[in-house]
Order: sequence, then structure tokens, then C-alpha cells
Amino acid sequence: MRLVTAIIKPFKLDDVRDALAEIGVSGITVTEVKGFGRQKGHTELYRGAEYIVDFLPKIKIETAVTSDLAERVVEAIVQSAATGKIGDGKVFVHKLEEVVRIRTGETGAQAI
Amino acid sequence: MENQIFELQYAIDTFYFLVCGALVMWMAAGFSLLESGLVRSKNTVEILTKNVALYAVACIMYLATGYAVMYGGGWFLQGIEAFDLGSVLADSAENGFAGDSVYSPASDFFFQVVFVATAMSIVSGAVAERMKLWSFLVFAMFMTGFIYPLEGSWTWGSKDVFGMFNLADLGFRDFAGSGIVHLAGASAALAGVLLLGARKGKYGRDGHTIAIPGANLPLATLGTFILWMGWFGFNGGSVLKLADAGNAHSVAMVFLNTNAAAAAGLVGALLTARALFGKADLTMTLNGALAGLVVITAEPSTPTALQASLFGLIAGVIVVFSILGMDRLKIDDPVGAISVHGVIGLFGLLLVPLTNDESTLVGQLVGATTIFIWVFGASLLVWFALKLTMGIRVSQEEEYEGLDIGECGMEAYPEFTSST
Repeated sequence: MRLVTAIIKPFKLDDVRDALAEIGVSGITVTEVKGFGRQKGHTELYRGAEYIVDFLPKIKIETAVTSDLAERVVEAIVQSAATGKIGDGKVFVHKLEEVVRIRTGETGAQAI
Repeated sequence: MENQIFELQYAIDTFYFLVCGALVMWMAAGFSLLESGLVRSKNTVEILTKNVALYAVACIMYLATGYAVMYGGGWFLQGIEAFDLGSVLADSAENGFAGDSVYSPASDFFFQVVFVATAMSIVSGAVAERMKLWSFLVFAMFMTGFIYPLEGSWTWGSKDVFGMFNLADLGFRDFAGSGIVHLAGASAALAGVLLLGARKGKYGRDGHTIAIPGANLPLATLGTFILWMGWFGFNGGSVLKLADAGNAHSVAMVFLNTNAAAAAGLVGALLTARALFGKADLTMTLNGALAGLVVITAEPSTPTALQASLFGLIAGVIVVFSILGMDRLKIDDPVGAISVHGVIGLFGLLLVPLTNDESTLVGQLVGATTIFIWVFGASLLVWFALKLTMGIRVSQEEEYEGLDIGECGMEAYPEFTSST
């Protein structure tokens, strides 16, 4: 099993959700986060004076999937979240040791 | 029949004064919203407290001493309750139907007192986010009970300046108070800001300006619209009379010109900000509308609609450069009050001789200088005395935490988590 974590641009959330639903992902967790990458935030203008926004708002998506689906999940996220501009985000794939469905007590791939 | 017409005229003109006074009173709401929108959310409760309290203090002090200093009569408006129909009719007959207005002195007080509150509101925005609440309110007592009324007595009160010279005789004309109200408020604000210093973090070590964005631009926008609306009472009421054809027309022209100048001022600032920054800066645009209103206040009745629009447009351009200039000088004014009311108030006074033959450039310059020196000097003394006694600036820690908790013990939005 794999845990796929993706940081994406907030306005791309709906596209990513649709793309994941299409390939059969059964659930995702979404968090509003802030951070910076190579761009190091950006500058805005107020009454003629510049100020730096250090941390830009992003969306973090997490989804647990079976190992055979993981590659297609990554592909779907990359395709649906890409704009080609700086700040598109990243995808991280982690090995996932165990999953438990709390209601039934099922474990492993059954619980995904 | 003639007496009944005079009574009716008295009733209409008194009513007109009261309605205009109520409109100007509403400007206090406009200032409250504008200022609370342009400060950070951690200072919202304090700036609102300041605004409601200064309005109340202004009303009490002007009632107690201010009106008597400005126009004579007794402390606490003694005798204002008396009504004598005979003298009303006699005055009306003497002035004639189209002559000077005869109205209830109580309505005159009401119209005047809201102007004092306006002048004081100008100060609160400039010193926002770092001044102690109670020192500010003590200053408000001096400003509204004495400093403003004395200057008002030399202008609208027609008295000689310390018995030396008479501004009206020199050709000083200020219809609704570009100088008497707005420049005066800005002069007091400037004195306070100079003693107070800039907000922490406003200017970088190399002197460049660091933006401190306002928390709520919808409030700032609503505040500006409310001020714009209240200004019809401010300028329209200053005609002092409605109930004859000539004056009714004059009132209509004042409304027209006031609105035209505000619209042109807004566009002027919008275009200037776009040209300078590459973006349509809303806060500058709002300042532009106010600049248009301030510039036309000195004389809204004699310019043509085209002239009023041009005056407003130029004021809208100047105000943007003035705000940037103040930052160059490290005069930290969170809402731009000194530029909008001071610089543009002065500019408005200097434009009057272009359209009003009764005024002279010399008279306008002497009048503006007199107002500035008196209000700035007297305010500086009061601020300085307060600095030595109560202190005027909050501690660095309180400034960082926000004045809401430090001064008022509550937050404006306790159920929201702060992102900074």
C-alpha cells in the first residue's frame, strides 16, 4: 500500500478530485496549508509599498491506495494539477504499513 | 399672511439645518468604518472605541465651552431654549424673504457640533495603531472645547485673530471648511504623529516603506461611501438656507459640485495609482474620492460643474503623490488623513479665488497659515504635555499584541484564529 501526499494550487482541487474519482480512488483527505518553495513566497503591493508574503496558501491532499494503483494516482494528480507555471506543487509517495477501518476493524487493502 | 410665510420659511430652514446636521453626524460612522478597515484587525476594537468616544467627547465639550468660544453666548448654551416669535418675525422682515436665513439657534448648534466631531475624527485615523486611548481622549477635550472653537471664532465667528487682524476683511473665504475643519484636523493630527513616531515595522532600516495592509477593505469602502453621503449635508447645509428660490438653486449646485468633485477625485487617484504601481490600489482610490470632497468644500457654490470636476480630478492626483511623499518623510499616517484633509484642504483654499471674486489669494494664504500655526502649535503643546504626564504611546509589547487587548480587553473577532 502507498500513501500519496500532494501539495497543489488551491484552484486545482476540483480538477484533482474528479481525476482521482475517475481512476477509482475511494477517498481523500484535504487540508488547507501554507508554505514556500523555490519561489520563496511572493511580493504584493499596498499603497505603493511592496510587502512580502512569505507563505503562500496551498492545498494538501492525502490518499491511501493499493500499491498497483499508486502510479496511476500520481499520474492523475500531476496531469490534473499542472498549469506549467511556478508554484504547481509536488507529489510525495510513502510506503504505508497498515490501514485499519475503525468501524469494522478490517485491516490492510480491505480497509482502503 | 406675510408673517405666516416667514414662519414657514423659519420652519423649513431650521428643518434643513437639522437634516444636514444629521447627515454630517453620520460621517462619524464613515470615519469609524474607514479607519477600522485600514488598520490591522488586532486594533479594530480600540479604533472603534476611539471613534465613538471622540464623537461623544466632542458633543459634550462643544456644548460646554466650544460654542461659546466660537460664537459667544453662555457656557452650556444657556438661554438657547428661549423662543420669541416676535423677534423671529422682526428678523425675517428685516432680512427680507431672500435675505439671510433666520433659524432656530438650537439647530445652528446641532449643525456646528457635528463639524467639530468631524475635525476630531480626522486626528484619530492618523495616530491609529500606536496611541494610548486615554491620552487621545484628553486631547480630544482640548481640541473640541478650545483649539478648534477659537480658530472657528476667527473665521466663521468673524472675530479678529487675537485682536490683530480680521481674516474676512483680508478676503479669506472658506465655505464649508476645507481649512477651518479639514486643514485644522490634519494640523492637529500632524502634531500628534510627529511626537508619536511611526508604527513599529513601518520603515525599514534603509528607510524604505514597508506596507502594513489594512484588515478589511469592504469596511473601508463602505466608510468612504458613508462619508461621501454625509458630505452633502456638510457642504449643502453650509449654504445655511434653503427656503427661497435663489438659495434652493445654490443648494442644488453645491450638491452637484460636491458629487462631481468626489467622482473626479476617485478617478484621478485610480488612474494615478494604476500609472505609478501598475495596479488599481483600492485604498488610494478611496482617498481620491475623499480628496475630491475636501477640495470642493472650500467653495462648492461658485464653480461650474466642469470646474468642480477638474478641481476634484487634480486633487485625486495630488493626494496619491502626497501620501507617498509623507512616507518618504517617515510621517506614518495609516489612513492618509494628513494628505487628504491637510494637503488637499490647503489646495482647496487656494483654488477659491479662481471662482469667487470675494476671496483673494493673500486672504486665503493668511487664513490657511493662521489656522495651521494656531492648531498645529496649540496641539503640539497639548500633545507634548500629555507625553510628559500620561504618555501618548503604548508599550512595544502592547503594540505588537494589538491595542484591542491592551486598551479594551477584548478582540473584534474572537472566534477567528489569526494567521499571523
